[in-house]
Amino acid sequence: MTASERGFDVLVIGGGPAGITAATTVRRHGGRVALIDENVDAGGQVYRPLPPGFPRSSKPTSEQRAGDRLRDALASSGADTFFEHKVWGVAPGFRVDAVGPHGAVALSAPRLIAATGTSERVIPFPGWTTPGVIGLAAATILLKAQRMLPGRSTLVAGCGPLLIAVAAGIVKGGGRVAAVIDVASRGEWLGRLPALVSRPDLLARGARWMSTLRAAGVPMLWRHAIREVRETASGLDAVVGPVGPDGAPRSGETCHFTVDSVTVGNGLTPASDVSRVLRAKHRYDLVKGGWVAETDGSGRTSVPGLYVVGDGAGIAGAAAAEHHGAVAGLAALHDLGRLDITVVRREAERLGAKLDRAARFGRAMAGMMAIRGAQVTAIPTDTLVCRCEDVTRAEIEQAIDDGAREVNQVKAWTRCGMGPCQGRTCGDVVAEIVAQRVGGREVAGYFTGRLPLRPVSLQAVTGDYVYADIPIPKAAPL
Amino acid sequence: MSARFDVGVVGAGVMGATTALFLARAGMRVALIDRGELCREASGVNAGTLTLHMTRASLIPYAQAGWRMWMTTDQWLGSGVDAVATAGLALAFTDGEADLLERRAAVRREHGADIRVIDRQRALEIEPGLNGNVLKAAYCETDGYASAYLTGRAYRRALAEAGAAIVEQRPITSVEANDGGFAVRAATGERWDMQRVVLAGGVWLGEMLRWLGIDIPVKCLINQLIVTERLQRVMRTVVSVASGLLSLKQFANGTVLIGGGWQGRGDPVRGGVETIPENFIGNLRLARWTIPALAQARVARIWLGLEAETSDAMPIIGSLPGVRDAYVIGSVHSGYTSGPYMGKLLADLILGREPERPLFDPARLVGIPMPVHT
Repeated sequence: MTASERGFDVLVIGGGPAGITAATTVRRHGGRVALIDENVDAGGQVYRPLPPGFPRSSKPTSEQRAGDRLRDALASSGADTFFEHKVWGVAPGFRVDAVGPHGAVALSAPRLIAATGTSERVIPFPGWTTPGVIGLAAATILLKAQRMLPGRSTLVAGCGPLLIAVAAGIVKGGGRVAAVIDVASRGEWLGRLPALVSRPDLLARGARWMSTLRAAGVPMLWRHAIREVRETASGLDAVVGPVGPDGAPRSGETCHFTVDSVTVGNGLTPASDVSRVLRAKHRYDLVKGGWVAETDGSGRTSVPGLYVVGDGAGIAGAAAAEHHGAVAGLAALHDLGRLDITVVRREAERLGAKLDRAARFGRAMAGMMAIRGAQVTAIPTDTLVCRCEDVTRAEIEQAIDDGAREVNQVKAWTRCGMGPCQGRTCGDVVAEIVAQRVGGREVAGYFTGRLPLRPVSLQAVTGDYVYADIPIPKAAPL
Repeated sequence: MSARFDVGVVGAGVMGATTALFLARAGMRVALIDRGELCREASGVNAGTLTLHMTRASLIPYAQAGWRMWMTTDQWLGSGVDAVATAGLALAFTDGEADLLERRAAVRREHGADIRVIDRQRALEIEPGLNGNVLKAAYCETDGYASAYLTGRAYRRALAEAGAAIVEQRPITSVEANDGGFAVRAATGERWDMQRVVLAGGVWLGEMLRWLGIDIPVKCLINQLIVTERLQRVMRTVVSVASGLLSLKQFANGTVLIGGGWQGRGDPVRGGVETIPENFIGNLRLARWTIPALAQARVARIWLGLEAETSDAMPIIGSLPGVRDAYVIGSVHSGYTSGPYMGKLLADLILGREPERPLFDPARLVGIPMPVHT
């Protein structure tokens, strides 16, 4: 038979900083908590752990130290952890279904905290699906978790702080960065400085990355974006051209880079799959990265018992996520009647100030990653937008011409977003294309949340069984 | 919008849209009004099975006519829904199911379906991907499938060309009979006046009929559907089981759609909102048992579609009792297959032509409560 349910007070999906502190906070106050994550250990994308057997550096970076501190706190907290478990199902009430190395597990609890982080947004250009072109997030995984370079020579393009983080990581790893291509101007970055001083430690880290790039002589092209990537005999030929503040291509000289790898990312979008599946209310927020569940300060959503924390509740960065998770952990236990309001207030006050400072930094960064509409407007018509189902911009436009008024109609008529990623990659861009035609994001809407949250094999879900184990309902009438 | 229409159809699924289409083509001024968008509920999210195995036996002639319409959309609809004609198999794995299979096949033959029961060896020749434990199979040459999600797009083009007014995103709050017609009002405050009204609102029909003072209970089923990623070819027929609780087919793009009417949670107000893990797992177990190669397939997406059912599980199609110029169409079991034909029949009735087959008088169900299932 299938896995029997294991009961807890609180379930946490996602083992990044928000999920970790949510779990440790619940444990510290005596709650039974389970944390589930698809990776080998906690840390999330930002504090990505090394795989088992990888030697640890004798001089860990500040990021590695922060990750180790959180992992140690989780390991010693007494929380039940389910790593290498892909969550495919969430049901109200709440039940979480996952598949791990030893088969299917089903966990249940009256409170669910979704700490699922973000997905990367890539604004398509001709050639973006060429082998050798990867996301900044994928490059981050290679560098942090696999200690691999994306290529011998890499072009790093897009927007936001990941650009310099990835470029500096490549240089430190011994790779060559052909150039950093940023949609933003240097002035935009400088304009953010007043907000960034709220976290001098993080600002200093950014400055170190920049000096690494300067020392290596890496060219920085501000207000530029990739126009096209072509495969040639000598590698990838990336065409780069100037853009305006809104991301629209501008006339002016284009330049070519011949590299063997291109890493590109145009910001992050909150991974709202869990709250969409559970039908929480959502709203569109440009700076927070897209559609996010409506939450109060403690992560409570419109669905009683469901909390959304960290970047999944709106991009605010890892430092803020850590505090946000703790606040939600307190709220969840309090809402269960397990924690006195005075304790909650005392701790929340302490956390609140830290959260505000960190979020101020994080939002300034998020602002640099917000989608620039004109960059989407400029996607050529024959360019693929949905790479799972090979749907071009022209096909999306045709569906709108034929009367589609929101993204789920476009999905039905073109299959865009119907593939294995369920629109995690293309969803925000498709919605922007539709929004520009129908009068805004609220009209265009978002892809309805559908299970499974990750593709899952029939074998993993069904396990070993005989025919008599199938609970076949009563036959339909003749 | 206060123009007067010859007919207003409330509910833009396949049945309402087909009725509207044939009325518009006959020269009537038609408004087709929906709470959401064209064919986005049952008509757009069903399994697309075009089969004689599943439908109620007495609906077989209607399903055969509907099947022919889906296979010839170029002749009457313009664009199509990627309908594919192929054979259909219904399987038995136990002696009890084999008996049921024989009974179901016999009664369907009586109603004109060419369904015969074949043995294991023949079944495996027709569909080599089957589990070798199959005892018997019911075989029908007239089967097939469509991509239901294309339905709205196909109808929109045809309706626009026929000059029907398509009114979407207008939840209707009342239909009121007045002198020589009806006033239909939306939550937006808009009002449409029409000489005739057709209620074609699927699972919302029970509530809609009450607008005109008619009490016919309509139950809402929440059917679960599951689709896999693209696979190498693992099957070529449409496969179901004796109980009717499985439908399996592989589309040209390689995805396999798994249905059969396993239930999720939801209601007409919220739609289908919740997958029941046990039913998801049960449906997958039956699918994998039937086509063992599906074990390695990965599920890409699950969704839930709403299906209407009356207390005798038979359609309500025809004139409404006691209200002149008001009509209803809906609650057709396995209704996607026969839907276009049902719409055509109702259009004939409204146009004063004799429908080529009998309709399904709603008067028989007025005031009759839903049977209590044990």
